[in-house]
Amino acid sequence: MARLIMILRRFGQALPTLVGIIVVTFLLTRALPGDPAAYFAGAAADAESIEEVRVMLGLDRSLPEQFWIYLGDLAQGDLGMSISTGQPVLTEILTRLPASLELTLTGLLIAVVIALPLGILAATRPGSWVDHLCRLIVTAGVSLPIFFTGLFLVYIFYYLAGWAPSPLGRLDIFFLPPPHVTGFYTIDALLAGDVETFQAALAQLALPALTLAIFALAPLARMTRASMLQVLSSDFVRTARANGLPPGQVLSTYAFPNALLPILTTLGMVFSFLLGANVLVEKVFAWPGIGSFAIEALIVSDYAAVQGFVLAMALLFVGLNLAIDIAYTVIDPRVSLDA
Amino acid sequence: MDRRDLLKAMAVTGGLLPMLKYLPASAAGREGTLLVVTGFGPNSMDIQRSGSNRPSYQIAVNLYDRLLTYGRSERPDGSISYDYATLAPELAESWEVAADGMSATFNLRRDATFWDGTPVTAADVKWSFDRAVSVGGFPTVQMRAGSLENPEQFVAVDDHTFRIDFIRPSKLTLPDLAVPVPIIINSTIARANATDDDPWATEYLHRNPAGSGAFMLERWDPGQQVVYRRNDNWASGTVPAVERVIIREVPSASTRRALLERGDADVSLDLPPRDTSELIAAGGLQVTGVPIENCVHALGINVAIPPFDDVRVRQAVAYAIPYEEIFRSAAYQRGVPMYGATSPTPSSTAWPQPFPYATDHDRARALLAEAGLADGFDVPLAFNMGLAQWTEPTALLIQEGLGRVGIRATLDRVPGANWRTRAMVDKSLPLHLKNFGGWLNYPDYYFYWVYQSDRLFNSMNYANAEVDSLVDTTLHMEVDDPDYAPNIRRMIQIAMEEVPLVPLWQPFLDVAMQTDVEGYEYWFHRQLDARPLRKATD
Amino acid sequence: MTAEALRHARYVVTENPVTLVAFTLFTLLVTAALFGPLLVPYDPLATNTLVALQPPSWDHWFGTDHLGRDVFSRVVVAARLDLAIAVSAVALSFVVGSVIGSIAGYYGGWADRIISRLVDTVMAFPLFVLAMGIVAAMGNTVENVVYATAIINLPFYARMARAEVNVRRNAGWVAAARLSGNSGARVLACHLFPNVLPPMMVQVSLNLGWAILNAAGLSFIGLGVTPPTPEWGIMVAEGANYIVSGQWWLALFPGLALMLAVFTFNLMGDGLRDLIDPQRRT
Repeated sequence: MARLIMILRRFGQALPTLVGIIVVTFLLTRALPGDPAAYFAGAAADAESIEEVRVMLGLDRSLPEQFWIYLGDLAQGDLGMSISTGQPVLTEILTRLPASLELTLTGLLIAVVIALPLGILAATRPGSWVDHLCRLIVTAGVSLPIFFTGLFLVYIFYYLAGWAPSPLGRLDIFFLPPPHVTGFYTIDALLAGDVETFQAALAQLALPALTLAIFALAPLARMTRASMLQVLSSDFVRTARANGLPPGQVLSTYAFPNALLPILTTLGMVFSFLLGANVLVEKVFAWPGIGSFAIEALIVSDYAAVQGFVLAMALLFVGLNLAIDIAYTVIDPRVSLDA
Repeated sequence: MDRRDLLKAMAVTGGLLPMLKYLPASAAGREGTLLVVTGFGPNSMDIQRSGSNRPSYQIAVNLYDRLLTYGRSERPDGSISYDYATLAPELAESWEVAADGMSATFNLRRDATFWDGTPVTAADVKWSFDRAVSVGGFPTVQMRAGSLENPEQFVAVDDHTFRIDFIRPSKLTLPDLAVPVPIIINSTIARANATDDDPWATEYLHRNPAGSGAFMLERWDPGQQVVYRRNDNWASGTVPAVERVIIREVPSASTRRALLERGDADVSLDLPPRDTSELIAAGGLQVTGVPIENCVHALGINVAIPPFDDVRVRQAVAYAIPYEEIFRSAAYQRGVPMYGATSPTPSSTAWPQPFPYATDHDRARALLAEAGLADGFDVPLAFNMGLAQWTEPTALLIQEGLGRVGIRATLDRVPGANWRTRAMVDKSLPLHLKNFGGWLNYPDYYFYWVYQSDRLFNSMNYANAEVDSLVDTTLHMEVDDPDYAPNIRRMIQIAMEEVPLVPLWQPFLDVAMQTDVEGYEYWFHRQLDARPLRKATD
Repeated sequence: MTAEALRHARYVVTENPVTLVAFTLFTLLVTAALFGPLLVPYDPLATNTLVALQPPSWDHWFGTDHLGRDVFSRVVVAARLDLAIAVSAVALSFVVGSVIGSIAGYYGGWADRIISRLVDTVMAFPLFVLAMGIVAAMGNTVENVVYATAIINLPFYARMARAEVNVRRNAGWVAAARLSGNSGARVLACHLFPNVLPPMMVQVSLNLGWAILNAAGLSFIGLGVTPPTPEWGIMVAEGANYIVSGQWWLALFPGLALMLAVFTFNLMGDGLRDLIDPQRRT
């Protein structure tokens, strides 16, 4: 019960942030250049029909009035219509969000698989050439502009070597998406027992996920190293060593679990960062996620779409942070949510 | 809801076809399926909806029929083009214009049916035409260009006879029936889905096409792809040879090129001129480039903004432009040069035609000095970021050329969304790169949109009483009228002397295909007509 | 004091050769930024369509682009703009962030609550997307790229300053300063802030790299710097169209320059951290 109240209070703390997000998003999109009425009225519209469309879209009203209407629509779950794709923004976001999440999570998974061993390796030999090399490699990774990495991976693996499939989104053109369960093509394909589609989806995922992973290596590996160093120098590890336990066992059963908490925090931060960085990767790989949708929408001043996208992302962030905070209390009861 | 509607609905909502792993075409490899890659996809299945983008026009072309279409002609290089001089039957198997020239009667095909099997009747045609002139926006403007303005003009005489009463005889009326806009819609389905707020069923038809065309919609994933499936019962022409056409959006031009070069795609649209010229040089692919009729890439000069109200300054700009370099490095020679004519008067009634200007910095400086601007001046040069493929290098080269004669230009990159407002509505850009193409291939039609005062596409704010009245008298005049040719020549003459618009080149419509793709036709609407395409291996 | 710091610096550099590399690269970058236009063999803006798209050679070390401009000259000259954007953005967010963060940490109460909520709101946005929105809304200029980058970096400084001030607020020496008649602002500026500075300097160096990436990412999607101005992000974006046709040098060299700059700042940040606070090294 006490924990529930704590969680509820944490929700309450997120409320002002939400209000702030809604206001900022609204003002930002209204300040976008371009006249949606002129765009919406079509190629050969005259001033009169542009004015008609303006009234129809409610753009002739004052800003506070528009904001009030926007709030009303929002309360009903109506995010408006996207001009550029002609679909309701909510539908667009719901169909595209799984694509972005699948990509980000896969990228994160690859990064974790590489970064944790690297970090542990470096922590066991601090100051050695291995340590320096690890640091150099991960720093180089985080220094690569994400769009640049993507472009050259495509050039090398698709265009020159021909190993990767064409960078055309989530599935090869001649495959149909697997039956919708989670929205993650790889998982849905496995659930449907369709190995071929699974392989096709995985092949499409490989390069963009790798691009993200290269970028995410550094924070993870370095946090692992730092956290492990600290734990390795603590008394209980020294005691375990002194008692003659084999080094592998000391690392895996004593040191690593105790080093996990800071790594988890970093993981949460990296995940939210990758979700934002996705925008550029999706553009390079024509990935039908919400990031590429947002860039297109921004270019044509598609108010409703930009608003919906930013709002969805921000909500996701807030939710993620909440989840991480709550996860802490589960992992380590000493952590108070008020901290 | 029958099964097809269900499938369609599922496809549109990003759904899926159960029990089907691949698109069925792959059962027999990719035979019978044509994969087209393009830069932008449609945002609506209804060309008449406000906000429909240009790629949406291809839906009207391939999924719907019109009363008339154009004939075909072979171009000197062997490629096939539509022929604007001849009209051909589509849904109307024959038609005649009344003796008084004030109406036309169309006899509809008796065997034509919509996809759901109901016969196409004159009532459907009447409903569709009423819709086109009533919904407002682009379709209504386009209909008005053909003097098709109000529903009283359209009469369903009987089930298979349809009449249009003219408000004035015009050479543009019948050709305007063959542009993509006046599609014939299944009015039974549309009416069943209309509401009081939405009498023309724009919300329903936006997602669910209801036509009689050669292809039906198999699925539409907005922002990703459109898939057409052949309508085996198509009556208005030869049933297409390909069973299925996939139109896939690939925003990156270089990826589109790679897909084509690696043989993954059959047809690639929206090729940048540089890729086109390199693909031709490399060989191994079919590349067809046809000069886009009635279209020109040009530098617009706003005559309402000093010092451009002085014709000498405009001429100086026209002499300062490095035409050859632009044609080589921005157009990659994928076009027809529109500069360097030797005679100062128009050589024919053709439009566009080369203007009598070439790069001549001394002359430009002299003209500036005459206008009292020997020291030059500062001016922003605007271009549309949405068309950066040609506008950006062109703007950079023009900036350099103007700099040589003392005109200091700064580049103003205008985002695509802002372009219409600033260039067309506010008409506030002093120097700007523009492009306009008229669907109906008559010079007076181009002048009507671009040179007549206060028109939307007259971003130059050009106003000339003589041009205005010439356009008014010529627009509806038949081409064989004795006044026609002199009027056109006079218009072009004025445009050459006053240069509110400096033509640079007439662009090509380039399409690259695998060598086994046959039957491609050039169309003025610049969309891919998939109906005559076939693969030689099928 | 200084002699000891110097000795410590020498120790750090010799103990960690990587830091030495970083400082060498940094000198190179600064040289390019300060004297670039004087050093390059060609005018970075001059087009010459007759030599367009030439591969790297003796005349053009990094080849030429689609308008025949020398890529090497453009890459070198671009250093000034890219570094200027990053430095001014980070300076701006450093100043504003540490002021509002210190106020929040020192005074607490309503000031703290309002500032913390504002900072939370900014942090709740995907930062790159927020920057995109700001530049798109405020207009495509270099200044707006600077402001956008500054705004999205602000929370890091504000939070850091708040936390560092907050833990020291009730320390004995602060109370002593206050009791001897110093005003709140004076205690904050003269006594507390100098103590907060070192950890924030490390953040500045790491942040510079990130600011460069951010500005380049914005140019890559067409927001920010206007052509023909040489800028690494824009050059990669333009070059991207030429990779498939085999003209890789257009995108590769500006991309490498970008990477090198960010790499330098990241390594330097590490080096600075060793210098200031050896225990925190990760």
